[in-house]
Amino acid sequence: MYERHILICAGTGCISSGADKVEEALIESLKEHNLEDKVRIIMSGCHGFCEKGPLFIVFPEDIFYCGVQAEDVPEIVEEYLVKGNLVERLLYKDPVTGEQVINHDKIMFYSKQKRLALRNCGVIDPENIDEYIIRGGYRGLKKALQMSPEEVVNEVKASGLRGRGGAGFPAGAKWQFGLSSPGDQKYIVCNADEGDPGAFMDRSTLEGDPHAVLEGMLIAGKAIGADEGYIYVRSEYPLAIKRLCTAIRQAEEYGMLGNNILDSGFNFKVKIKEGAGAFVCGEETALLASIEGKRGVPRHRPPFPAVNGLWEKPTIINNVETLANVPLILRRGAEDFASVGTEGSKGTKVFALTGKVNNTGLVEVPMGISIREVVFDIGGGIRFGKKFKAAQIGGPSGGCIPEEHLDLPIDFDSLTAAGAMMGSGGLVVVDEDTCMVDMARYFLSFTKKESCGQCIPCRLGTDQMYDILEAITEGKGKPGDVALLEELASAVKQGSMCGLGQTAPNPVLTTLRYFRDEYEAHVKEKRCPALVCKALLQYSIDEEKCIGCQRCIKACPVDAITGEKKQPHELDQELCTQCGACFDACPKKVGAVQVLSEGLPEVEEAEECEEGCKCHN
Amino acid sequence: MQEQLNSVFASYQGEKNELIPVLQDVQEELGYLPEEAMCEVARFVRLPEAKVFGVATFYARFHLEPRGEHIIRLCCGTACHVRGATKIADKLKTMLDVDVGETTENMKFTYEEVACIGACGLAPVMTIDDKTFGKLDPDKTEKTIKKFDEDSAEGGEA
Repeated sequence: MYERHILICAGTGCISSGADKVEEALIESLKEHNLEDKVRIIMSGCHGFCEKGPLFIVFPEDIFYCGVQAEDVPEIVEEYLVKGNLVERLLYKDPVTGEQVINHDKIMFYSKQKRLALRNCGVIDPENIDEYIIRGGYRGLKKALQMSPEEVVNEVKASGLRGRGGAGFPAGAKWQFGLSSPGDQKYIVCNADEGDPGAFMDRSTLEGDPHAVLEGMLIAGKAIGADEGYIYVRSEYPLAIKRLCTAIRQAEEYGMLGNNILDSGFNFKVKIKEGAGAFVCGEETALLASIEGKRGVPRHRPPFPAVNGLWEKPTIINNVETLANVPLILRRGAEDFASVGTEGSKGTKVFALTGKVNNTGLVEVPMGISIREVVFDIGGGIRFGKKFKAAQIGGPSGGCIPEEHLDLPIDFDSLTAAGAMMGSGGLVVVDEDTCMVDMARYFLSFTKKESCGQCIPCRLGTDQMYDILEAITEGKGKPGDVALLEELASAVKQGSMCGLGQTAPNPVLTTLRYFRDEYEAHVKEKRCPALVCKALLQYSIDEEKCIGCQRCIKACPVDAITGEKKQPHELDQELCTQCGACFDACPKKVGAVQVLSEGLPEVEEAEECEEGCKCHN
Repeated sequence: MQEQLNSVFASYQGEKNELIPVLQDVQEELGYLPEEAMCEVARFVRLPEAKVFGVATFYARFHLEPRGEHIIRLCCGTACHVRGATKIADKLKTMLDVDVGETTENMKFTYEEVACIGACGLAPVMTIDDKTFGKLDPDKTEKTIKKFDEDSAEGGEA
C-alpha cells in the first residue's frame, strides 16, 4: 500500500522542460531513502499549466510544486517526504498578489476552471486503462450498449453538445443524419488534425486521456450503426500517436474494442491514420480524401459525409474534444451536461491560453465565462505589467477581440457576433507591443500557404491580401489599400468553397473593425505605433546615456555603429537595417539605444520613365 | 534502394489507399523521396506516377530533396510569433547561412519553419529532431545549436 502518490506531468510541454529527468532523479532519490515501496510515481498527462513546468504534485496532501528540475528532487524528498517541511521556493507564487499557494486547487489558474473534457488529464496515467476505468471510464459505453441507437442519439441531442472543432454544429443532429442514412457499412472518424497555430487542446487530450476519445468513438459507432473508426492525427504529434496505440491495444485486451463488445453483440475497431502536413485536411471532406490516400482537397457539400463520406459510405466526423465529452453525457445524463454553460452553448470549452499572459497553458472553462476572467483571473494578467490590447480567438479563422469587449461571454454565438469565432479554441493574448497589422499579415501568410489552390478566390485572393498587408507593414501602403482589402475580403469569403477560404479574411476584418487607426497610421503616416514593423522604425543612440561599452557595436551585423570605448557611439542611419540587435544588446539599465516610429520621409512620386511605367528607380 | 523499398512494401497490400503511409515509410527509410522511389511506389500501389507526385508535393511533410542529418523546426505559430519567433528565425538563418527549407553545406542541419508544434506554453519553441527547446531568445538559440552540434559530433547521439 502506497502512502503517497506523486504526479509528474508528462505532457509535451513539461517533458521539454525536463520532466523525464525529474522522474529519473525521483526514482533515484526514493531508493536512497528506502521510500520506493511507499511512494508511487505517476507520469500523467498534461495538467495544463505549461508555463510553470515541470509540475510535481504530492498527494494526498495536494502539494503543488512547479518549475521543478532534477537537481531540486533530492531536496523535496529529504525535506518534504522525509521531514515534512515544505520546500517553499518551489511553491507557486501568485503573479498578482505575490502570495504563495500550497494546494493546486487554490491556485486561481485552476479554481476558476471546470474540467469536464479534461477530467482525467493530469490525474491518471494515460497508459493504464485501469486508472481510466476506476475514474468511471467505459461506463458511458456500457450504458449506451443497453440503449437503442435512437436513444443514444436523443441523449446527445438533449445535452445540447455542439461540435468543438470550429463551427459548432450540434453533435446530436449530425449523429441523427448518420443514423438515418441507409447503408450497411458506416464509419466514425475522429478529427485530430489540429492544425490551428496556437491550439493544442486536442494533443493534450489524446496524450492525457486517450481512452476518453476511444469511448466517445465507440458510443458514436453504436449510435449510428458503424463498426469501424479512424483517428486522423497529425504526424507532428508523436507522443499522442504512441499513447493512442497503447490505449487501442489495452482496450482490445479488455474487450472494449473488437467483436461482441461487453457481450452486447456490438463490434467496433479503430485504426490510426497519420496526417502528412496539410492544414486544409482539418476540413472534413479534405480529411476523408486524405484517408483515402489522395491529395487532401475539399469537395462540395452536399452530399454531406453523413450521407456520402469515407469510400462513399455514411461517415460521421467529430473532433477530439467533442468525442471526449460524449462518455460523460452518457454516464451522467444529458441534463447534467446541459446544466453547465449558456442557453445556446452547453458544457465547457477547452482553450489554449497563450501569448503575453502570465499563466499560459491549457484551460477548460464553462461556456459563458467572460474573456476578462480567462485572461486576468486564470491567465494572471499580462506579462511584465504591460497593457492588454486584444485576445485573438479561433486562430486563422477567428478574430481579435479588443479591450472594450473584455466582458463578452465566451460562447459560440456571441463570439461570432463580435467577428471572431470559437474555432478550435486557440486564445492568444496580445499586449501593447503587438502590431495588429502585422498580426493580420501573419495569419494571411499562414492561410495563403495552406490554401489548397482549388478555388481561385481563396488561392489568389489570400495572396493579394497578403501582398497588400506586407506592403503596408513595409511602409509602402497606398491610399485606398484599406478599401481594397475589404473588397477582397468579401470576395474571398463569398467565393471560396470550404471553411478555410470562407474564414481566412476574418483576422483582417476584425483588426480593421477594431484597430482601424493602426492601419491608418501605417498607411498615411508610415508609422507603426506598436514598434513592430521593422521598415517603419528608426533606431538611435542617446549620447547622454551611452556609456561606450561597445556591446551594440559587436551586436550590429552590418557595422552601422562606430565609437571608441567609453565614448558615446554613433549609429549610421544609411547602413542601419533596423534589425534591433543593438537595442537587445544595450544593457537595460543603460537604455541608450532608442527605437521610435515617427514616420518615413515622403518619397516623391517617380516620374514616368521612357517605357511609360512608374518604376520608382 | 530497391531492397529498402521492398522491405517497406512487404508490410502493405499494394492498395491505392495505402499511398500516403507507404510514402511516409519510404521517406522514413531513405530520408527523402527520390524520383525513382516515387515511380516504384506508383507501380506498387497501381497509380499513375503523376498521381503519386501530386500527393507527394501536396503534403508539407514529404520532401523531394535530400535533407540534413538533423532537422531544426522553428515553430511559427501565433503564440511563438507574438513572443518573437521572427528574431529566432533571423538568428538561425544567419547562423546556419540557410534559408527556409535549406540544408547547411556540411549536410548537418536542415532548417524548416512549421505552423505550430503545439507547445505554445513554452513559446518561442523549436525542435531539433525529436527534442523540444522552449522559451528561446536569440542568444539561447545560438547556444542550443552550438551545444547540439558539439554533442552530436562527440557521441553521435545528442
